[in-house]
Amino acid sequence: MTDRTPGRATDAPSSSGPATDTLLEVRDLKVYFPIKQGVLFDRTVGAVRAVDGVDLDLPRGRTFGLVGESGCGKSTLGRAILRLVEPTAGTVTFDGIDVAALKGEQLRLVRRRMQMVFQDPLASLNPRQSVETIITEPLRAHAVEYDKRTRVRDVLDLVGLPASAATRYPHEFSGGQRQRIGIARAVALEPELIIADEPVSALDVSIQAQIINLLEELQERLGLTYLVIAHDLAVVRHISEEIAVMYLGGIVEQTDTESLYREPMHPYTIALMSAVPVPDPLVEDTRQRILLTGDIPSPANPPPGCRFHTRCPYRQEARCDTERPELRLIAPGHRVACHYAEEIIAGTVTPKADPVLNV
Amino acid sequence: MTEEIIGGPGVDSRDVKQRDLSTEALLTVRDLRVEFGKKGQPTTTAVDEVSFEVKRGEHLGIVGESGSGKSVTSLAVMGLLPASGVRVSGQIHFDGEDLLAASDKRMRGVRGSDIAMIFQDPMTSLNPVVTIGTQISEVIRSHRDIKKPEATERSIELLHKVAIPDARRRMKEYPHQLSGGMRQRVLIAIALANEPQLLIADEPTTALDVTIQAQILEILKQVVADTGTALIMITHDLGVVAGLCDTVHVMYQGRVVESAQRRPLFADPHHPYTGGLLASVPRLDSPRGQPLNPIPGSPTDVLPWTQGCAFVPRCPNRIDECTEKPPTLETEGDRALRCFNPLATGVDRGAAS
Repeated sequence: MTDRTPGRATDAPSSSGPATDTLLEVRDLKVYFPIKQGVLFDRTVGAVRAVDGVDLDLPRGRTFGLVGESGCGKSTLGRAILRLVEPTAGTVTFDGIDVAALKGEQLRLVRRRMQMVFQDPLASLNPRQSVETIITEPLRAHAVEYDKRTRVRDVLDLVGLPASAATRYPHEFSGGQRQRIGIARAVALEPELIIADEPVSALDVSIQAQIINLLEELQERLGLTYLVIAHDLAVVRHISEEIAVMYLGGIVEQTDTESLYREPMHPYTIALMSAVPVPDPLVEDTRQRILLTGDIPSPANPPPGCRFHTRCPYRQEARCDTERPELRLIAPGHRVACHYAEEIIAGTVTPKADPVLNV
Repeated sequence: MTEEIIGGPGVDSRDVKQRDLSTEALLTVRDLRVEFGKKGQPTTTAVDEVSFEVKRGEHLGIVGESGSGKSVTSLAVMGLLPASGVRVSGQIHFDGEDLLAASDKRMRGVRGSDIAMIFQDPMTSLNPVVTIGTQISEVIRSHRDIKKPEATERSIELLHKVAIPDARRRMKEYPHQLSGGMRQRVLIAIALANEPQLLIADEPTTALDVTIQAQILEILKQVVADTGTALIMITHDLGVVAGLCDTVHVMYQGRVVESAQRRPLFADPHHPYTGGLLASVPRLDSPRGQPLNPIPGSPTDVLPWTQGCAFVPRCPNRIDECTEKPPTLETEGDRALRCFNPLATGVDRGAAS
């Protein structure tokens, strides 16, 4: 398994220029879904701005975490990178290749190098295919030559399943094992980038740690680059080196894991971290919780100015309501999209009291 | 908003605001056993030997993974299990009354009035074609003899209480017009409509986002404290229990394996399963780079409880005795434990509280 695929993508678009440290570069990516209305003629009456101007840089061989609540556009962003949904605007550069501009065969060849692991392992595995068929399907689709006797066994071994699993069907496995099959399918092509969309959230608590450890182990052995999309901050923190926090289609804070948890700067990140329950009564009884008011607004009709101002406990009059903050560098490697990030850290801008019942 | 809302006829003022837990038990469950089976098929025991007590105003947590029997336990208490194909044995006493012996009619009177329940998925537990207002006042009017306008006013008060803005307008809306967190609040409002003495919340925040979860838990905490309602919180999330419950029962494969007050339980878990759960959850406040120690195997690898301990196939602490006979739940002070070879105490997780 450690050898790279023989005959790998020799005719694939090869990387141009010197090999940089960055495997994936996303610039100003936008994905809008049109809202249509009308009986005879489809009139486009608006757009759901699922992803609205996102920049990302994924260093090779590292893990990048993308955190956000449901509806913030994190899954759409992941899919747009693989072009499973068409981006409305912006560029996705994978190893020097502009993925957004590729078509047909060229796109197919690049996709061999980027794979996805989905949230619900049962829904993403064909119930009528044996595990062997599931795992070899990507190989056949990409016409990769493989040793029929050893390849499946090797891949199964890699994800910690017995060789006897090959002839069985998804329903015969438990949730955690199914997710292992999903991961086996993703690594079968020996990709460079794996986008994992909520890889553990459908699993039982005691199983989640197994899958997290497996992902880490695979990264070490295969030199994979991960984009892990999840809503669970604790999970993302555990496996990522760098984290971006998304809110309503945009990134609000991005930095390395350590600084994010030591010193979150965006009010949304601060609130999000204070909302995560910690399985320790001593911590739970003493910690200060910042409760956000209301719900995440509709991306079809995002609020003007800062997207977060409708729920922000630190909101300041006028500026937050009208001017959309840029993602700016506040500390080395720490970018925050908030007008008052410095003031919040310094304590000159303070949260409004008793937010919970004034929803 | 925080005072008693209903002073209707026949409602005694329940003066339990100070959460004095030394009073007598409100709900007593003894040796509850639930078996599912059809004719000619082997029966499945979903819940067995489950005993617990809930005192007035107490917050009880039941923690377990899928298939541990935690939801079936709560359905049994509510009398919501189907009549055919299920055998429920043991004792369920609520406020001195034997609920297992109660008639269907009597149970209808108890449900929604004395005991109320909040379910996990707020979309499927609300009727999509009936307005929010009707769904709340329906619950009030089916248990109390009051006029419609009065029930409407009471519904609006309840919506206020669960922090739904613009309650009067929301009364006329349908469930699909509300967000997930909003719907869950409506369910809490419905559950609280008749000031129940006991509220059972079955994974009330699992379907919600983290920030919304925090809101809902806070609201739940407040309303329960305001009314002195006892709470049974059923969840798989140890974090939710840690901040909310007085007593915690950990279930595995239909039986309680450990129960204790929350602080000793989290500080010093005795059962390998409890310890394993705590060690396998990534924590937001743990030092980074600390490896996770997952529990090996999956909840489907079990030994039947009749032969030994069900956790044996996954247990790092197993000894020969574990597969020879089933362990019993031994009570020692405030703690109960079902294990032959418990974890060494007080060494692993630092200071005991």
